[in-house]
Amino acid sequence: METRSIMIVGVGGQGTLLASRILGNVFMSQGYDVKVSEVHGMSQRGGSVVTYVKYGDKVYSPVVEKGEADVIISFEQLETERWLPYLKKGGKIVTSDQRLDPMPVITGAAQYPEDIINRISALGVDVTAVDALGLAEQAGSAKAANVVLMGVVSKKLPFEESVWQAALDKCVPQKFIELNKKAFELGRGTADE
Amino acid sequence: MPMKKLMLGNEAFARGLYESGCEFVSSYPGTPSTEVTEFAAKYDEIYAEWAPNEKVAMEAALGASIAGKRSFCGMKHVGLNVAADPLYTAGYTGVGGGMVICVADDPGLHSSQNEQDSRHHAIASKVLMLEPSDSLECKNYVKKAFELSERFDTPVIVRLSTRIAHSQSIVELEEREEYISQPYEKNAAKYVMMPAFAKKRHTVVEQRLKAAAEYAEECPLNTVEYNDTDIGIITAGNCYLYAKEALGDNASYLKLGMVNPLPVKLIKDFAAKCGRLYVIEELDDIIETHCLKHGINVQGKELFGFEGEISQAIVREKLLGIRPQTISLDEIAPARPPVMCAGCPHRGLFYCLQQLGVFVSGDIGCYTLGAAAPLSAMDTTICMGASVSALHGYNKALGREAEKKSVAVIGDSTFMHSGITGLVNIAYNATNSTVIILDNSITGMTGHQQNPTTGMNLKGDPAAAVDLEALCRAVGINSVRVVDPYKMAETKAVIAEELEKEEPSVIISRRPCALLKYVKHSAPLKVDEKKCVGCKQCLKIGCPAISMSGGKSVIDHTQCVGCGICKELCRPAAIG
Repeated sequence: METRSIMIVGVGGQGTLLASRILGNVFMSQGYDVKVSEVHGMSQRGGSVVTYVKYGDKVYSPVVEKGEADVIISFEQLETERWLPYLKKGGKIVTSDQRLDPMPVITGAAQYPEDIINRISALGVDVTAVDALGLAEQAGSAKAANVVLMGVVSKKLPFEESVWQAALDKCVPQKFIELNKKAFELGRGTADE
Repeated sequence: MPMKKLMLGNEAFARGLYESGCEFVSSYPGTPSTEVTEFAAKYDEIYAEWAPNEKVAMEAALGASIAGKRSFCGMKHVGLNVAADPLYTAGYTGVGGGMVICVADDPGLHSSQNEQDSRHHAIASKVLMLEPSDSLECKNYVKKAFELSERFDTPVIVRLSTRIAHSQSIVELEEREEYISQPYEKNAAKYVMMPAFAKKRHTVVEQRLKAAAEYAEECPLNTVEYNDTDIGIITAGNCYLYAKEALGDNASYLKLGMVNPLPVKLIKDFAAKCGRLYVIEELDDIIETHCLKHGINVQGKELFGFEGEISQAIVREKLLGIRPQTISLDEIAPARPPVMCAGCPHRGLFYCLQQLGVFVSGDIGCYTLGAAAPLSAMDTTICMGASVSALHGYNKALGREAEKKSVAVIGDSTFMHSGITGLVNIAYNATNSTVIILDNSITGMTGHQQNPTTGMNLKGDPAAAVDLEALCRAVGINSVRVVDPYKMAETKAVIAEELEKEEPSVIISRRPCALLKYVKHSAPLKVDEKKCVGCKQCLKIGCPAISMSGGKSVIDHTQCVGCGICKELCRPAAIG
């Protein structure tokens, strides 16, 4: 199979690394070659962060470049806009509708763009936006927004739910597994609405 | 069937140490190298420690090697500058048990102050250097590196880049093979590097390098892959992956797993079979220069340049003229630079410094973010420890008035790394400098590593803790004060007092990192809409949890940890 590319974008501290680990485990369990590229260090401190997950028969480069992503999973609206040029024509976006003002907006040096999701939709892009934060709080913790998004994405990729459940078991500490399974179900449920 | 695992390059590197029978690890944390040592520490069979700096780490590893064990030390590219002194002479002494050094370069400066190419250190110190291109190779190259270290009697460097260190790929695990220690035998001619002995060892170094260059011709890590031979690619590490993804079978490849010394005949043979030859390498033109020196006509830097990362897109564009098709909104999205976290103890201190309008000699750590708007309270950042030593020079150059308007800021771990010697200089050579140690009880930016001030070691056991106050007094600083940066008025007053004093002083700004698990957070604060006058005073501290909505400030309850800094600035007392 030709290599598929997924990007997980968000703000440092939002839990993008766990999301990439879950995806990596899902693809590996299905017998694919997998590469996951993370960013550690300075940009994790509230900066714009991106993680790449690629799978296929043989994956070479660990990074995803402009126009190459089959799916972009975004934790925040402005980040969805920022990384949009990385989407392949015909690719899909799954995004949280959360809005986090970056420092230039807080200080008044820039304005947060309005109506991002609708404007991207209007370009003909397949965008699914969910209240990941609200659903995560409903599951028991705002921190589980990453797993809510995994639930939404699970409906967009051709793998059985049990495969995702197994990856959750592997990646999430036992202490938080119930909370995260609930978050996953809530995310997965949004696709049926 | 062997067990397969998705592993970070750094985790696989640590697995390689384990499987090689390595018993001793000493490192200093530095992105992107840190996790090698953290993962190594998880194996009970490996003794692992955080040293105060890279020089100490490398000397400790060399000592363990001389004692006959397989040893390791890891660091980022700039860390190898600190450890360059032992490295260059370790090349002369050679090893007892095998010694492997990890150096992780950071092309694209994801988390560094410069973009230097560590291959220069391998060439200059005349030691062998290997460069893997994925996690499996990380593990296997480490095993090869120990073998070569013992075969050629030299430390061997394994070079990583951010994309290799921080990418996960699939690794097949193997069993650990215990290494049989080489008994230490006194050998002054090999280990005592005074001129008479060192002169003879230099001859050994040159002979070794020659032998290693011959080995490079047949080294199994240097591989040739012939496909379409119109285009021949000479490359190494992650650049091999980019080339392979962009060009596939439409090119032939010479992948160099050993990057110092480089082969000559192997490259000439490859060149003879290919049409156009390209060298694809990040940062400097090491392979390209080597080719040109040996009369092999290649193209490299004139296409790819010396700065930043290369990628499959760049290879496609430069060699095939293909540009990506993209979709975008027709506007520039506001940037999102990294910021100090909500509740960060550095925030209050930097606000005080901004208000005092002083020259701030900065250093390397999370607090370097004090340079960013809206705090903008930093004048210089150079390298680990430079805040303290450069402040002394600045003050000597400008005299008493400058001393009253300047400070150095340095974290607890960075102070132990190389700030202490600068402080000794301030006391000994007498400037009335004011040094602020930002003691957040952890090494923060690299992801929470213990250090000699925290009272815990890498394995999580209790350890001796440096008493910073006593240490500063012991080197000759009589005025040592401790402040809590959450109490801004008091902090600002203490800094102002110390700046006025006719003696050097140290202020320890002490408050643990807000991300530490044991730190208890207060309830999130709220803005009373009726009282808020929209003056935006609370926005001046650059807290990511505070923003404006409808002319009033709002606090994001998911981020706020109730530190109260904003409350101190709110004149109408709307925050509570």
